[in-house]
Amino acid sequence: MAEALHRLAALVPDGRLLTRPEQLAAYESDALTAFRSRPLAIAIPETTDEVVALVRFCHQEHLPFVARGSGTSLSGGSLPVSDGIVIALNRLTRIRRLDPIQRIAVVEPGVVNTQVSAAAAPHRLHYAPDPSSALICTIGGNVAFNSGGAHCLKYGMTANHILGIKAVLPTGEVVEWGGPSREQIGPDWCGLFTGSEGLFGIALEITLQLLPRAECFHTVLAGYRTLEQAGDAVSAVVASGLLPGALEIMDALALEAAVAAVHAEYPPGCEAVLIVELEGTREAVAADRVRLDAIIAASKPVEMRPARDAEERLAIWKGRKSAFSAVGRLSPDFIVQDGVVPRRRLGEALRRIGEMARETGLRVANVFHAGDGNLHPLILFDGRQPGALERSEALAGRILKLCIEMGGSITGEHGVGVEKLAYLPAMYNAEEMDCMLRLRAAFDPLGIANPGKKFPRAGAPALQQRGLHPLEKAGVISRE
Amino acid sequence: MPEPLTPATPAELAEAVRSHPRVLAVGARTKPRLSQVPGDVALLSTRALRGIVEYEPEEFTFTALAGTPVREIAQALAEKGQYLPFDPLWLESGATLGGTVCAGTSGPGRFRFGGVRDFILGVRFVDGLGRLLRMGGKVVKNCAGFDLPKFLVGSLGRYGALAEVTFKVFPAPAARLTLKLKASGAEAAARVLTEAAASRWECEALDFLPDGRSVGLRLAGPATALEAVSREILARWPGQVLSPGEAQTIWTELREMRWAHAGGALVKVAITPNVIAALCTAVESLDSTRLHISAGGNVGFVSLSTGIPPAALQERLRGLGLPAVTLCGNAPLWCGARATPAIAGAVKQALDPQGRFPSTED
Repeated sequence: MAEALHRLAALVPDGRLLTRPEQLAAYESDALTAFRSRPLAIAIPETTDEVVALVRFCHQEHLPFVARGSGTSLSGGSLPVSDGIVIALNRLTRIRRLDPIQRIAVVEPGVVNTQVSAAAAPHRLHYAPDPSSALICTIGGNVAFNSGGAHCLKYGMTANHILGIKAVLPTGEVVEWGGPSREQIGPDWCGLFTGSEGLFGIALEITLQLLPRAECFHTVLAGYRTLEQAGDAVSAVVASGLLPGALEIMDALALEAAVAAVHAEYPPGCEAVLIVELEGTREAVAADRVRLDAIIAASKPVEMRPARDAEERLAIWKGRKSAFSAVGRLSPDFIVQDGVVPRRRLGEALRRIGEMARETGLRVANVFHAGDGNLHPLILFDGRQPGALERSEALAGRILKLCIEMGGSITGEHGVGVEKLAYLPAMYNAEEMDCMLRLRAAFDPLGIANPGKKFPRAGAPALQQRGLHPLEKAGVISRE
Repeated sequence: MPEPLTPATPAELAEAVRSHPRVLAVGARTKPRLSQVPGDVALLSTRALRGIVEYEPEEFTFTALAGTPVREIAQALAEKGQYLPFDPLWLESGATLGGTVCAGTSGPGRFRFGGVRDFILGVRFVDGLGRLLRMGGKVVKNCAGFDLPKFLVGSLGRYGALAEVTFKVFPAPAARLTLKLKASGAEAAARVLTEAAASRWECEALDFLPDGRSVGLRLAGPATALEAVSREILARWPGQVLSPGEAQTIWTELREMRWAHAGGALVKVAITPNVIAALCTAVESLDSTRLHISAGGNVGFVSLSTGIPPAALQERLRGLGLPAVTLCGNAPLWCGARATPAIAGAVKQALDPQGRFPSTED
């Protein structure tokens, strides 16, 4: 293997192949810190040609590889494999083309999500998908995991905004699918590739559709005595025929965390806060806000706070988007879940999650995209306590099974990764799993592209992490 | 030949696929070129495979059998104040849901929120091994497994036979308003399309009409807002607000392809606004060819009169590097630029190892 690594180093010169233990440590985990695994090496390409050469090398040598952007996967999607390399794409950060007439951007995989909207802003355009990690996550990772965000009900997920993909497949074949047009001819290859969790190869160049920025927003924050009341308000908004850009709920524990973390202010005495946002032309928002405000007022909130200006709107979103990391301050460790249930069963799902949490003796904070039934229960635990991680994972598993029973999904936007490996077969039967494995084999006959994600891999599983993140142990990062 | 060729349930569809060595599922055949396949391929009709399986208005989703006419679905949705935002084509002509997915055809309304691919959530389909498989989900958000439902959009039934489809739907807008704007030629029209597409107006549909002189611009939303926005648009370009009747005529004509030559080839071309003028020039040289530019300049429908050799159109589209598929009439199936990467064959082999469905070249 040392000989192979030597040849690998020639593909990424100037010290861009990392092999020393202290260098590898930084890549052992992603945002699912409960898992870690040390790879053989980290290759840091600077051009897409180098990425192609690396993948072709891996194919030739039967060497497993894991592509990595910013490592923000919440399902362990970029967890390294111990017998393979990590291809770190953070230096592929060029926006190759931004065309305000066609309203597209052509980007390399390492471009950070919000940088696309920043580049498009002078043209009053933006890139719609906005995962909570948008400030650091990359478009390549968004494509691999079909990332979502708070605006999926109206605008869809990442896949709905991908027009073209140039990719290197695990066989080394370079393909170009789709293009600058919003319409496609033939099967939707970009749709198939998006969300394939790195199993179908590495996107080298991605064509994104840009949308005009909405002219006007109306964002309302409403506090409720109970989660159920907030849920009822969501049902009333949905039944009204309005199509909000976002419908989000945070529960008491999540609120407590956001208050502590970003000094968010919420109406006192609330068990739940609902955030609803309308967007559109100023004329349309002026007409629709009257209806929305009446619906919210009728839903008996403790208090209702429409954002009076852009600053207040941003403050509302800052509290919401910081919720995950904020909850991290309440507890040494936590697991974020990502199940989906039919919207009308949200209340029932939350009640049962609460019951299960009490039975297990674990605290669960809930932040969720109420508009599309996407739950994000955050299970808090202390990894230093014996058995705590196992209890949390068992609870997480019960929540996923609940989502399947209710006719939903085990993952709305985080992907299966390593975290939900055991549960994909609960959603799909043996023949359906076989069909997906046949597809995988068509793309990757050797099974070298991100092995052990989405489908279990024979051989050594990743080590599980207890307590602090490896970087915290090494004193590189801290949570204050 | 084994019977029946008209399965009425997903299980019967699977059985029918298994009992034919070569087979293709067809709906109402509103896009007849797509099922013009070699004679040894048995055509399975989905006309009995119809009906809405589930419709939960509060979930913004429905599930229907593949042979369900889209018109039936549109009516059921309208009763609950909802709609399919991609404006399905050949609605009144009887197009089925499955056919719409396999053909990957979206109408003018796809401009606002996207096309078929953006609203499909899940499928049950029969693969080449005759297995009835469920892929995707029934909830509006799901990323578990590979997104085969999206892949099957535009797949022409060559990778599997659709049994059932789940879609996302939206609440219907309170009101609509159509403007007909003057555009003297392709370049002027392209400028109107791109400027309107990037504007604050949030147009629902934005099409360069087959008359070659006007742009149809449709707004949707609260009625008071539409009036204000339309005044601003008419201050920018000359044109007029159409009466509801006139508007319906225009959009129905486009949706049902009544503007096209009867019996001639009808070709869908993926384009961008900057090639509109070049495409117009290329097709103008083919006598009496008609052209409808839809979706803000992202798709072109080219209608050839029966006397024009289709190869001439194929040559021009290839010259422009534009991919295209023939939906009706006698022209090559893939009528434009085309790449066939090795992976396409490998995926066909994975889903249909015995070549039970027609080849992607047929």
